[in-house]
Amino acid sequence: MYALIWRLLPGGWPLKTAVAAGLALVVAVILWYAVFPWVEPQIQFDHGVMNGSPATAPSSPSRHGP
Amino acid sequence: MRVLIRGLGELCITAGLVLLLFVTYELWGTGRYTHEQQDKLSKEMMRSWASEGATAPGKVTTERVRLGKGLAMIRIPRFGSSYHYVVIEGVSLADLRKGPGHYPGTQLPGEVGNFVVSGHRTTYSAPFNRVGELKPGDEIDVDTRDGKYVYKVTAKQVVDPTDVQVTAPVPFHPGERPSKRMITLTTCHPMYSAAERLIVFGQLSAQYPRVTGK
Repeated sequence: MYALIWRLLPGGWPLKTAVAAGLALVVAVILWYAVFPWVEPQIQFDHGVMNGSPATAPSSPSRHGP
Repeated sequence: MRVLIRGLGELCITAGLVLLLFVTYELWGTGRYTHEQQDKLSKEMMRSWASEGATAPGKVTTERVRLGKGLAMIRIPRFGSSYHYVVIEGVSLADLRKGPGHYPGTQLPGEVGNFVVSGHRTTYSAPFNRVGELKPGDEIDVDTRDGKYVYKVTAKQVVDPTDVQVTAPVPFHPGERPSKRMITLTTCHPMYSAAERLIVFGQLSAQYPRVTGK
C-alpha cells in the first residue's frame, strides 16, 4: 500500500517526502477535527454520573443514558 | 501471499498510529471544546447575573437556569487560585462535555439538602481530575447569583456506579428529611475507567450575600 503510494508520488525523493508528509498531515487533521469528534461521544469511557435517576427526583436527568 | 502479508502489516501499523492519535485527542483534544464552552457560558452567566442582580436580586432556581446553561461557579482553593468552572445545569453526556454538571432535581447551592455536581475526571478538560486529593476541611466555594457558599469537605468515598443514594438529600438515606446543607461531588474512579465512582461530601460552613451591582 505505502510502496504503491510512494511510487505514484511525483518527483525525486525530497519532493516525494514532502508530499508524503503533507498527505499524512491532511489525514491527521481530518481525523482530529472531523472523525474523532464524531466517534468520541459514541465510545465515551469516562462517566462520572451515578447510573439511574436520583432517588428523590422522578425526572431522569439523562437524556442520552448515564 | 507476500503482498497480502505486507498489506496486513501496513494496515496494522496504520491502525496503531490512528489509535495513538485518537488517545491523544481523548486526553487533550477534548479539552479545547470544554474551554470554548466554559468561556461562552461564564460570559453568558455573568451577563445574566449582572443584569438581573441590578433590578431584583432573584433566587437561583432551575426554572431560571435552563438545561445546558450555567448555574454557578465552582472554585476549589486547593487546586490553585485559577481553578474555576461554570457548573452546568444537567448531567447528560452533552452537558458534562461543557463542564461539571448539577443533577437536576437535587438541591441548589446553599439549600438544605444535597447540591450534587458531577464532572469528568479525565478528558474534556478534566474538571474533577484532582478531587481525589481533597482532604476533610478543604474548601469548595460555590458562587451563585445571590451569594457565595463555602463548603468544607467532610468525607470521601468510593462507591459503585449504581449507588444513586449518594445523591439523596441525606446521602445513603433516601426519603429522610434533610437538616444539613451538603455538597456532593461525583466523578469516575479509578481514572480512565468507569468501574466505580469517587464521591466527595462537604457541608456548608459559611455564606456571604453577593454585593449587588457587580
